[in-house]
Amino acid sequence: MREITYVEAIREALAQKMAEDPTVFLIGEDIGIYGGAFGATAGLIEQFGEERVIDTPISEAGIAGACIGAALTGMRPVGEIQFMDFVTLSMEQLVLQAAKIRFMFGGKAKVPFVLRMPGGSGTGAAAQHSESLENWFVHVPGLKVVMPSTPYDAKGLLIAAIEDDNPVIFVEHKLLYKVKGPVPEEMYRIPLGQSHIVREGKDLTIVATSVMVQRALQAAEQLQAEGIEVEIIDPRTLRPLDDVPIIRSVKKTGRALVVHEAVKMGGFGGEIVARIVESEAFDYLEAPVRRLAGLDIPIPYNRTLEYHAVPQVENIVEEARKLVKGVY
Amino acid sequence: MSTQPNLMVIENTIPVDHDQLLTELGRDQALDMLATMCLIRAFEEKAEDLFARGMVHGTMHLSIGQEAVAVGATRAMQKGDYLLNHHRGHGHCLAWGSDVNLMMAEFLGKETGYCRGRGGSMHIANVEANNLGANGIVGGGIPISVGVGLSIKMRRTHQVCLTIFGDGAANEGAFHESLNMASIWDLPVVYLCENNQYAMSMPMTKAFNIERISQRACAYGIPGITVDGNDVLAVYAAVRQAAERARSGQGPTLVEAVTYRWRGHSKSDRQAYRTREEVKAWQQRDPIRRFAGLLGLSEQELAVYISEAQRKVEAAVAFAQASPEPDVSTILEGVYA
Repeated sequence: MREITYVEAIREALAQKMAEDPTVFLIGEDIGIYGGAFGATAGLIEQFGEERVIDTPISEAGIAGACIGAALTGMRPVGEIQFMDFVTLSMEQLVLQAAKIRFMFGGKAKVPFVLRMPGGSGTGAAAQHSESLENWFVHVPGLKVVMPSTPYDAKGLLIAAIEDDNPVIFVEHKLLYKVKGPVPEEMYRIPLGQSHIVREGKDLTIVATSVMVQRALQAAEQLQAEGIEVEIIDPRTLRPLDDVPIIRSVKKTGRALVVHEAVKMGGFGGEIVARIVESEAFDYLEAPVRRLAGLDIPIPYNRTLEYHAVPQVENIVEEARKLVKGVY
Repeated sequence: MSTQPNLMVIENTIPVDHDQLLTELGRDQALDMLATMCLIRAFEEKAEDLFARGMVHGTMHLSIGQEAVAVGATRAMQKGDYLLNHHRGHGHCLAWGSDVNLMMAEFLGKETGYCRGRGGSMHIANVEANNLGANGIVGGGIPISVGVGLSIKMRRTHQVCLTIFGDGAANEGAFHESLNMASIWDLPVVYLCENNQYAMSMPMTKAFNIERISQRACAYGIPGITVDGNDVLAVYAAVRQAAERARSGQGPTLVEAVTYRWRGHSKSDRQAYRTREEVKAWQQRDPIRRFAGLLGLSEQELAVYISEAQRKVEAAVAFAQASPEPDVSTILEGVYA
């Protein structure tokens, strides 16, 4: 199959949906001639015109509100927040409006839009351009939260998110944009709320999200050389969460490690651990369920400090080894 | 605490010719506007009564004294237009043509209410009628109006979105973002600031360093209009002018209707921030009596409108009280589409 990058997969999903559905339009900062801060919308204004690729002033609450109002009245907007950090400026609209409107109005309205945003560290962008805030949104009923880890998933999940009748927070990762992978040229959908078993193994279950899926895969290669077989599960959609494959996997392996970039305290890992220990998998556990996550600090600027602020391949290898060998 | 009654003179910044407006509206429609103002008053007085008798679960925000804004503004809109309004929204919703039974049922948290009892007083919406909902967040609907305006433009439907908010909302950051976006894209939105002069306890005179909120329009390059919000025809004239501009593709207008809230902010308000004299003085400017006077109605003739409104509201209370509560087995419904 043809290989394209993660950012190209996103652009292709946007272009194909826009060509198919006249109610889909894009709105965000510098998404027109500039093509988006990370190039996700490059060329789309030339293809679809400025009425459907709308450059906005620096107004994140306005962007979110524009998505909500248009969605309420028959459109399917796809907004872009330039860096996930800036979504803090949209929080009222997303949490108190978008997430609540349907329920508050007795199930008689729908708000179908997607808000894309790149999160994560690793680019030297420091504390205000490197956040991983996905779990804030996971905590809000009425929102869906999607976090693709491959080009294939990015395209299929984005198309499904645009077709979904609910507000979807679509979290991309800056370090993944240039990662290449096989992606079909035609349109396809990956249903929201379906975890993916990325790699099978019998000794340890690793649940990882976003860029940590790639790092877990590299760690698994190293561990395989030591005779440790790791199973990797990527939830892909954090809300709704498909925990069935996770629980099934832990029953098989008896050990679980959750890996994410966001700060550990209050992070998504806590939810995964809880799902495991609340389930029948508890009786199968041979070791504590552990989390490997970002340190309890803002992301530092210095290259070495930034590297050590979030889990790396060697940290995953070490943690996995401890769990399998029972030394922790 | 202010000891000086706030009795500011409200000068209309556009010409308001009552005779001409009444001729254009016709007597039947003018009387219907009066009837709607009476219905709003009756609904809210009943709401207050039900609350006092312990029959209301939540709080409420009454717009008694502000009826001219709701009725004047909504009458200037056309069928198919959109409404976004605020927490003190019973009046706008009724004036939009909503069913008083379904509103009362929602107010009392019943399954038959507009929002199946999930929204309550602050969140009444009727999406089928393009009433996109009242909002519990001050200024919360203003950014949404940008999307509604964009959607209208893209769908080329020539609708207009009436967005009503209070004086407090004009000091939210979202107001700035939204009016700027609506202006740069010439969106078909009417921004109606229902200035009742207090953001909870904060008087407008302390929260703004300008005389008129409509002065802010110049910052966005759009027209700003201030009218006497207790004069239903003045509000009608201003919003009609703004709606015509919006519908013809020329963009948004900021209309300020200066009025006064007779009751406290919500039910917990002791109103320590203003004097009884001030409230009494504003009650002399009762928008309903003013309009009835303009229409040449006698006390007896006005009383007929008032009692008819009260009859409708009593029937609505009976409907609501006879309606079922939401079934707990449905509690999870309606979160996702």
